[in-house]
Amino acid sequence: MALKMVKGSIDRMFDKNLQDLVRGIRNHKEDEAKYISQCIDEIKQELKQDNIAVKANAVCKLTYLQMLGYDISWAAFNIIEVMSASKFTFKRIGYLAASQCFHEGTDVIMLTTNQIRKDLSSPSQYDTGVALTGLSCFVTPDLARDLANDIMTLMSHTKPYIRKKAVLIMYKVFLKYPESLRPAFPRLKEKLEDPDPGVQSAAVNVICELARRNPKNYLSLAPLFFKLMTSSTNNWVLIKIIKLFGALTPLEPRLGKKLIEPLTNLIHSTSAMSLLYECVNTVIAVLISLSSGMPNHSASIQLCVQKLRILIEDSDQNLKYLGLLAMSKILRTHPKSVQAHKDLVLQCLDDKDESIRLRALDLLYGMVSKKNLMEIVKKLMTHVDKAEGTTYRDELLTKIIDICSQSNYQHITNFEWYISILVELTRLEGTRHGHLIAAQMLDVAIRVKAIRKFAVSQMSALLDSAHLVASSTQRNGICEVLYAAAWICGEFSEHLQEPHQTLEAMLRPKVTTLPGHIQAVYVQNVVKLYASILQQKEQAAETEAAQEVTQLMVERLPQFVQSADLEVQERASCILQLVKHIQKLQAKDVPVAEEVSALFAGELNPVAPKAQKKVPVPEGLDLDAWINEPLSDSESEDEKPKAIFHDEEQRQAKPRQPEADEEELARRREARKQEQANNPFYIKSSPSPQKRYQDAPGVEHIPVVQIDLSVPLKVPGLPMSDQYVKLEEERRHRQRLEKDKRKKKKKEKQARRHSALHTESDEDIAPAQQVDIVTEEMPENALPSDEDDKDPNDPYRALDIDLDKPLADSEKLPVQKHRNAETSKSPEKEDVPVIEKKSKKPKKKEKKHKEKGREKGRKKEKKEKKPSKHKKKKHRKEQEERSADRKKSKKKQPAGGGAAEPVENGSLDEEPLPPMSSYCLLAENSYIRMTYEVQGSLQEDSRVTVSIVLENQSSSFLKNMELNVLDSLNTKLARPEGSSVHDGVPVPFQLPPGISNEAQFVFTIQSIAMAQKLKGTLTFIAKNDEGSTHEKLDFKLHFSCTSYLITTPCYSDAFAKLLESGDLSMSSIKVDGISMSFQNLLAKICFHHHFSVVERVNSCASMYSRSIQGHHVCLLVKKGEKSVSVDGKCSDSTLLSNLLEEMRATLATC
Amino acid sequence: MQFMLLFSRQGKLRLQKWYVPLSDKEKKKITRELVQTVLARKPKMCSFLEWRDLKIVYKRYASLYFCCAIEDQDNELITLEIIHRYVELLDKYFGSVCELDIIFNFEKAYFILDEFLLGGEVQETSKKNVLKAIEQADLLQEKTENMYHSRSFIGCKKSILEY
Repeated sequence: MALKMVKGSIDRMFDKNLQDLVRGIRNHKEDEAKYISQCIDEIKQELKQDNIAVKANAVCKLTYLQMLGYDISWAAFNIIEVMSASKFTFKRIGYLAASQCFHEGTDVIMLTTNQIRKDLSSPSQYDTGVALTGLSCFVTPDLARDLANDIMTLMSHTKPYIRKKAVLIMYKVFLKYPESLRPAFPRLKEKLEDPDPGVQSAAVNVICELARRNPKNYLSLAPLFFKLMTSSTNNWVLIKIIKLFGALTPLEPRLGKKLIEPLTNLIHSTSAMSLLYECVNTVIAVLISLSSGMPNHSASIQLCVQKLRILIEDSDQNLKYLGLLAMSKILRTHPKSVQAHKDLVLQCLDDKDESIRLRALDLLYGMVSKKNLMEIVKKLMTHVDKAEGTTYRDELLTKIIDICSQSNYQHITNFEWYISILVELTRLEGTRHGHLIAAQMLDVAIRVKAIRKFAVSQMSALLDSAHLVASSTQRNGICEVLYAAAWICGEFSEHLQEPHQTLEAMLRPKVTTLPGHIQAVYVQNVVKLYASILQQKEQAAETEAAQEVTQLMVERLPQFVQSADLEVQERASCILQLVKHIQKLQAKDVPVAEEVSALFAGELNPVAPKAQKKVPVPEGLDLDAWINEPLSDSESEDEKPKAIFHDEEQRQAKPRQPEADEEELARRREARKQEQANNPFYIKSSPSPQKRYQDAPGVEHIPVVQIDLSVPLKVPGLPMSDQYVKLEEERRHRQRLEKDKRKKKKKEKQARRHSALHTESDEDIAPAQQVDIVTEEMPENALPSDEDDKDPNDPYRALDIDLDKPLADSEKLPVQKHRNAETSKSPEKEDVPVIEKKSKKPKKKEKKHKEKGREKGRKKEKKEKKPSKHKKKKHRKEQEERSADRKKSKKKQPAGGGAAEPVENGSLDEEPLPPMSSYCLLAENSYIRMTYEVQGSLQEDSRVTVSIVLENQSSSFLKNMELNVLDSLNTKLARPEGSSVHDGVPVPFQLPPGISNEAQFVFTIQSIAMAQKLKGTLTFIAKNDEGSTHEKLDFKLHFSCTSYLITTPCYSDAFAKLLESGDLSMSSIKVDGISMSFQNLLAKICFHHHFSVVERVNSCASMYSRSIQGHHVCLLVKKGEKSVSVDGKCSDSTLLSNLLEEMRATLATC
Repeated sequence: MQFMLLFSRQGKLRLQKWYVPLSDKEKKKITRELVQTVLARKPKMCSFLEWRDLKIVYKRYASLYFCCAIEDQDNELITLEIIHRYVELLDKYFGSVCELDIIFNFEKAYFILDEFLLGGEVQETSKKNVLKAIEQADLLQEKTENMYHSRSFIGCKKSILEY
């Protein structure tokens, strides 16, 4: 597009325009900062001028500087000035600057409220647009609250350009001011069916975003979105809708079932990768949410995996990456389908893109099995060697550990192999994950008893090999493994082949270069080692050797005593004293080994990390109760801040109990011992504390088989772990052969072996050594954890709002009112007492009342569940009676109703009324004519009964009539139980020629604030002499707001109280050109709009009605010369305004 | 979408649009971090990376990097399409756009972006409509601001789309 060249008319009198600035900056590369500070000074001068063009130019330059990272917050006020310029050129720049640099902390932002409001209502759509765009960037809670109503109005703007912007920005408003969501939601929902595709897509966007955060509130929109999904061809919209369904399905599995088909169709048909990817993702989400008992969905999974394979095989790195990403989601639920593509994943491990390799690594996690673990880890180990960056290598390392340790080392068949893998990993240079390896070593050595011997031998080798210690300063990460090594060698020293050598290794001077916490472990475990050596030597009666060891200790320990680390120092000096004491005893030939070993008697059990949390609170213990009563807040309030510390100190100091005498103390001690003895959680110093809680199947009961050491531990020339792979293969081979043999011999035995040894169904590999994983200790009756970690700071949580509840009056959006305009508009306002105070009490009472009524109604409903003809007739009769009553009472009224005396309650006039019927035509064709009437029922709120009179106008016999409507979200046809939303409701009678009958249908309504239209169809079979034909008749059911009202009498005092009590909102209409008499007018309102007259004085009457949802509607009807004004008050403003509009239509015909 | 950044091969920021409220300090920190991370990536690498709890989608057009941050649930491919669509819009508007166009007319680049995205969501999926809206808004603009044609004197002929 060639740009229109527009010649400038303003001479460049200002010093620099934006282009000059940019060019200047480019020309001052050396002293950019200086140049810019000079420019900022100029800008400051320009901002002081009155010329708005100069100011705008300055602000434009500032916006550019802001992007370069300069602070321009000082110019916020000038930006507002430019925003409020009347010319679009400047306004645009002002809003751009504001959107770039305003944020919630900008204090002048509240000054913009009125300007923005003005711009929003500007006649130029671009002014409005620019204001909306700007607002979307810097909306604050205050702005959102003040402008919500204005923006909501814009959602119904005539121009789609504004509508779509308003709809989108509403989302930002909801985030900042969640109270606006409910009032605005109905309109937002309407926009889903906006004629303009842009607006529609905006509404989909917003609702999708809302629903993703709090899906449960949007379940009721599913049918609508389903319709949109099947009809829309816009991929942008489709992606959003499909994403929305992904969020909804976990809550409604039935929805998922319905989705599978259209989604798989899309997967097959679409050429857009983004849509395909979204569909696959949602199908995965759906399948995850569906219970596994869905056999026919394996096809969908297969399809997804297939498509993903195509993505992964694509040369486009992006598709490859996403394919792997999606694959890992499938992996979680359908590992088998993914495992089939192991080749592909392993191939991706060699990809040149690191992020793809990492994704492939994620997948590997789920692909390992007992069978392939060694092979996969071997491959990873070669990658570790090749990896260039430390980040990727570290990632590999953690992945290897993750893969091996997952679900309690489920896939490891040979722990010797695993230990040697860990040992090999210690040779990695510069890794950060030393502690991870250390933790694994400790975990395995502690929990896999059978491996301890092997582990100890490996660890002592580690301690001996200097490479870790030597370079500890540079490679600080990896020396962590020494922590584990030292501890394992000390704790399980009985397995050491040459304890003396290890002891020497641990006492080397080099050790003092290690970090303090590792040295501390060294010191402590040196003693353990020493104790076991001592015992050994004494048993062998080698006193001299024992003394030598002691001497070694006495010589070497001082190096630790000098340590700068407190822990090391303290431990070392304690131990040094101990050893010196032992030395003295040894000199006297006293056997000491027993006593020294007693220091470390007992065994440590692994305790689950959550164990402490899960100890149930014993009965009668109230953790919230104060142990000591807190001090009363006697201090005056203003001193509080100071008092905090003071207070605390006192609290600690105060609860000193009077000292108990000796006897009391002894008694208590005894009691405590008793209690400890009975308390299973108390860790005692007795040699085998764990015995107590192993009555249940525990460690002791698992048979432990010794490691088969017939296999040589070292094969020269191969790294350790590789040799295990080889051995493992051989072993498996042997096993297989053996099994085959056995199979032939004894079948029963094999069956038993299966059940006893292994529960894994897919694997027949028996582990090399029978491994018992010591399960982590949990306290008895541990409580199931209920971790509901919802982030309280989540900004979207505030939007978790039930949208289906009818709007309460208090939820209106704040509307800015002009005081003058208001008074001039409704001068009658003074007539009606307006009480601002909220007093909700009467409302509440009423609610209770209603609830009771509802219960009764429900009971009744149960009794009369099957709508029989009887009931209908009765109903009809009642209705007739009622209207007859009304007529009667009308007649009873004394003549001259227009007189001054107030007429209370009831209907009034003396004049004969024109015949009125509330039945109106629904639809008709040559066969049938339908008229209908909508009536609210008091028994069940939110339900209306539609009575349809069907009249056969033909000579055919009509049968199999079925009525069906397309439910809207708000209004739904009550169908018999078990039928779906697409099923029709049969009409319970047939129609011979010329006959009419009435059928009733119940509809449930959610919100009654707006009138509704429902499309429907009546299908029937017309049978005559020539045969029978299927026929149908389409119709539109109109639910006016009036039809939700129920004529309810009200006494004048109650009426007055009502006006005083609630915070009713008010609205009024005026209709000119009325010729009808006031009485007839009132009668018409009574009849057509279900009101009753409360009081009437001259040409003024108050009327009352109630909605099926319990809204009170009060009217004040006044007749002027040729006009009627109606002032209404209602607890729901939307309902009221809609009612008045309907009334206007009625009155216009009078 | 949480934010969009445009920066050059040299790490100079050319455009930034934030759809989440953040302090200036935080913005600067994020920008610095992302520019570094993205520039460090090799050309053959895929366009996505995980960063903090967000996903970064970026694409290089000539010397410019377009970089968007999206949430975990968002679709990476559609974000790439958004980026591409934006580049196309710039290209149509400037008539084969180059980096200098965006530098010298950075406010126009913002206006186009604002017509295309609002609050981080796609506002208008039709290219034609976006350009129409911009053109008409430009017509409203006082006929003072002369479109600055960098091409005319710098001799930049190739659109960034063609790289």
